[in-house]
Amino acid sequence: MDFPNLLSLSLQQAFGPTAIIYCLAAIGLNVHFGYTGLLNFGQAAFMMVAGYSFVSVATIWDINLWLGLPLALVMTILLALLLGVPTLRLRADYLAIVTIAAAEVIRQTISAASFSETFGGQDGVTGFIQPFRDLNPYSEPFKIGGVEWSAYDFWVMNVGWALVALCCLIVWMLMRSPWGRVLKSIREDEDAVRSLGKNVYAFKMQSLIIGGMFGALAGIMTALRSASIGPSFFATDVTFFAYTVLLIGGAARVLGPVAGSIIFWFLISALGIFFSQATSGSDPLIPDSIMTQTQASLMRFIFLGLGLMLLMIFRPQGIFGDRRELAIDAR
Amino acid sequence: MPADSQTPSAGTRPLDGVDHEPGSAKPDPILVASNIKRTFGGLVAVDVDHVEVQRGLITALIGPNGAGKTTFFNLLTCFDQPDEGEWSFNGKSLHKMSASKVAQSGMIRTFQLTKVLSKLTVIENMRVGAGGQSGERLWKAMFPAFWRSEEKANTEKADALLERFLLIKKREDFAGSLSGGQRKLLEMSRALMADPELVMLDEPMAGVNPALKQSLLGHVKSLRDEGRTVLFVEHDMDMVRDISDWVIVMAQGQIVAEGPPDSVMGDQRVIDAYLGAHHDADLTFEEEEKILAEAEAELEVLASERLGGQATQEGERNE
Repeated sequence: MDFPNLLSLSLQQAFGPTAIIYCLAAIGLNVHFGYTGLLNFGQAAFMMVAGYSFVSVATIWDINLWLGLPLALVMTILLALLLGVPTLRLRADYLAIVTIAAAEVIRQTISAASFSETFGGQDGVTGFIQPFRDLNPYSEPFKIGGVEWSAYDFWVMNVGWALVALCCLIVWMLMRSPWGRVLKSIREDEDAVRSLGKNVYAFKMQSLIIGGMFGALAGIMTALRSASIGPSFFATDVTFFAYTVLLIGGAARVLGPVAGSIIFWFLISALGIFFSQATSGSDPLIPDSIMTQTQASLMRFIFLGLGLMLLMIFRPQGIFGDRRELAIDAR
Repeated sequence: MPADSQTPSAGTRPLDGVDHEPGSAKPDPILVASNIKRTFGGLVAVDVDHVEVQRGLITALIGPNGAGKTTFFNLLTCFDQPDEGEWSFNGKSLHKMSASKVAQSGMIRTFQLTKVLSKLTVIENMRVGAGGQSGERLWKAMFPAFWRSEEKANTEKADALLERFLLIKKREDFAGSLSGGQRKLLEMSRALMADPELVMLDEPMAGVNPALKQSLLGHVKSLRDEGRTVLFVEHDMDMVRDISDWVIVMAQGQIVAEGPPDSVMGDQRVIDAYLGAHHDADLTFEEEEKILAEAEAELEVLASERLGGQATQEGERNE
């Protein structure tokens, strides 16, 4: 068992580009679910629409990649309107059903063979990344205390963590304002807010759009991280991992998603490496009779599930949550 | 009565000449509703021909359980849409208006099951109540410069109200940690944050202990004294007698009586609505016999059915 290696690889994941993507997605869900109480189970759809819109400007029309940014934001707003207009007047569960279905519909449509000319089918789209690479000021891999990132990954991380900081700042500024107070009130009781003369529907729509925009940033980061974009990056489990990240950190806390995604990716890679090392080699720690190497690769999800259960039992409010708030629900 | 003119709340005066009949016209109505009908499937929950609520007074809407009071309340405040009907507030029609617009126009309601925002502090609950906040606009929300002074004014107003409603000690507590009575107080004071002309209270006394009830009654009266109109739903007649200037009685979805509390309490239609039409008629000997005979016949039928059932079961077993 090579513990220093396990630690450095896990730290690499914990602060790496993937953690950033889930952090951004979870910041969006925090606005939706944590603050407004909207059950959006289709954050992957927002990521996917924004990611594909971002790259298609360059790949389809062969225009500057950065013009994809405004297009991505416009498309995100359109998606939010499309999902929100029919469902936000109804009970919360309707949005949940519509979003989870929409995410799958969009993913299946984009990966359909008929659109393989434009969206590349299952293989996805590549060949748009050069403008972003050109901006990369680093040429050497970045090393700190045994943890190493490639020059490109480190550049993505620079951009990504800066975005995360900006998003957290925006969320903090919004949520301390009277606007944020109305969102929290809607989460507590819609009818009460309506009885005080607030247009609940409009506030929910604004929340859906704002949270969707953070999801859009996550989608754009996905395209930048991988230098490609494909339907497999946006399967349903992306949304649920993002929810896990949010709940680990604590919902309705500005920094919850940040802590959540670092912890989540540290644990998931540490568990993965541990089981892979424990079952490999000529004299493995865990003999083949108990577990083969293929079986071991799934163990991390089993343990992650167990960890989540323990979290929900012993610290249901997450890392930053306030226990008193939960005591109110239990009354 | 000359004595009347000396009482501070010369409340009943404006309605002295008004008929004590359902749907009677008031000299200065703030709320007028006609032909309001709401059905749930085959059940007619509300079927009100005409009703007017006088400005500046406390009007009680009473009736037995299931009379349609709360449904009528929801219809008036646009939390529910009637099948047909026309109603107006301050002369402005509320037909097809959204509940939030109704509230903005100065008619704020509370709920039978209090709706406090549990995970917000008491003071935050109060601040939400204030109307027309520019900080609630998304574009201005990010920059406190736009809303800081407004927020300060709202907080001062909220503190004054909390002081008045005896909640100031709970200012920083979560609203979810308040007792039932305190929640009623919080809801009422939150409604006042928007300076409503008409306060609609849905069973303000439900589930409140008797000691707090007295203070709640005082608070409701104080609303009238500062010039607001109050319409409240209640099914406890004693509460109503104490504070209301005018009483509207509903039963089975309709308005059956109207008038000042004392005259309404003695009204035969009201007593019938609460206790049933034949509650005070003694049973005659013949009637008693008849009921007994019917009950016995029913028992016999039941017994024979059970015997028959047993017989068939045994038959099945033999096969």
